[in-house]
Amino acid sequence: MSTTTPIPRKGIRLFAKKPAKPGDVFGSPGHGGSSVISVTTVAVLFLMWLAATNLGWIKPLFLPSPQAVFEKFISVATQGFANSTLLEHTMISLARVFGAFLIACATAIPIGVLMGVSRFARGIFDPPIEFYRPLPPLAYLPLIIIWFGIGEFSKVFLIYLAIFAPLAIAARSGVRSVSMEQIHAAYSMGASRKQIVFYVILKSALPEIFTGMRIGIGVGWTTLVAAEMVAATRGLGFMVLNAAEFLASDVVIMGIIVIGFFAFCFDLLMRYAERLMVPWKGKV
Amino acid sequence: MENMYVKDVSVIFPGRHKGEEVHALDSINLTINSGDLVVALGASGCGKTTLLSLMAGFISPSKGELLLGDHRIAGPGSDRGVVFQKHALLPWLNVIDNAEFGLKLQGVPGPKRTEIAKRNLELVGLQDFHKHMIYQLSGGMQQRVGIARALTCDPAMLLMDEPMAALDALTRETIQELLLDVWKKTNKMIFFITHSVEEALFLATRLIVMSPRPGRITHSYELDFSRRFLETRNAREVKSSPDFIEMREHILNIIYGDEKALETAPEVVHA
Repeated sequence: MSTTTPIPRKGIRLFAKKPAKPGDVFGSPGHGGSSVISVTTVAVLFLMWLAATNLGWIKPLFLPSPQAVFEKFISVATQGFANSTLLEHTMISLARVFGAFLIACATAIPIGVLMGVSRFARGIFDPPIEFYRPLPPLAYLPLIIIWFGIGEFSKVFLIYLAIFAPLAIAARSGVRSVSMEQIHAAYSMGASRKQIVFYVILKSALPEIFTGMRIGIGVGWTTLVAAEMVAATRGLGFMVLNAAEFLASDVVIMGIIVIGFFAFCFDLLMRYAERLMVPWKGKV
Repeated sequence: MENMYVKDVSVIFPGRHKGEEVHALDSINLTINSGDLVVALGASGCGKTTLLSLMAGFISPSKGELLLGDHRIAGPGSDRGVVFQKHALLPWLNVIDNAEFGLKLQGVPGPKRTEIAKRNLELVGLQDFHKHMIYQLSGGMQQRVGIARALTCDPAMLLMDEPMAALDALTRETIQELLLDVWKKTNKMIFFITHSVEEALFLATRLIVMSPRPGRITHSYELDFSRRFLETRNAREVKSSPDFIEMREHILNIIYGDEKALETAPEVVHA
């Protein structure tokens, strides 16, 4: 009574397990490429946006049409918004984030490494870092204003603090994850403690430090808008906030897209830098 | 030429979870002379890795002392090179940079240390792989870099902690023969740990069998199978000769005897 080929019911054919083609792994979850699907999704969402606004389904105040956003992009780029062109807004925002990021790298990475190699450093820096790390920057922003005023320093300082904690923790974690055998090997070749730190530990911790840098620049960029609430007159975050006060949602959306674009570029940049500087990641 | 002296050494680990103390090593006395290839063999927990760690300087004894020549061993140093089970090479450096790393630590100038490293890489057969990255090499080749690296510091003694354990059987045989060639050419003292009786018999000029709880050296044999291989260059013939097989059975009986004793013991000891 047995059949040689079972007849699959239509309903379950979608999930039937077929044997893998040569070169593929049987049963691997989520197998296959998804980039075509993603591109299609983006195109569909864009078309929905186009349709919803142009066919009048949503009021322009709530969601401006793509054309309106693009027109605003051109107009702000040429004539400016609130006395600055788009380029000027962008440049000052980039300067704030990158300035804070570079200072954070110069301080958080050494401190994080120090925390990893020295229990004294750990005992000293752990409490303040772990205390302020979970706080949202907006919560301690007023304190910074009281202490340091409403100048450029406060804005950069806020972004700096937001980047410092995750970066220091990543550096420390990188140090702790160093392979003990590599350290033993270096000692058995006559290394001093200082040489172990510079020649083995720092290099070994680089992958995690890079991960920390990627997170850091992302967090820094996110904190930008909060930082530019501190009585700014220029900047992408300021532009978005200011436009929101006037209910100019086309400027708001345009600003958000520009902010998102740069965040994406930073991440790509960090990933490229990582592949360049840490080519052994994941291979050994 | 310095010798390694292990004088009445004991290592006692404090008990875990309010358990009894663990006597990893108990009153070990051992002398390794220059030119010796000493292999330590024994059931799990017999203390052979502890003994190697003592000689390398990673741990200090609870009692007794270790001397290299006439100075006490107080920590790791370039006079005792270590080869690890999992190569422990630095993945951000290529083969030649890994091999010369020890000399770089000592401040030897670039061209000189590269020259020495090149010689050692040639000794292990890797002269065509200088610029390769570590992760591009097979396990056997990585282990050969590990050996070349240890040799480049010109240590008085090589300590090898189951260096073939992570290799497949065929590569293992190749590296065993390579090791004997290197040993013959450099005449270094070698202390070698293994779980493989065949490997131990093949390599050792002196084989020490250890037993656990407490860790002690129970048997010591002077062997010449390694010299026989170096003369005949025929490993298969040496390994299948009657006296080799007889010796192997004899040693296995000793070790199986120990393992049976372990099974009936109330507490498991980790080496």
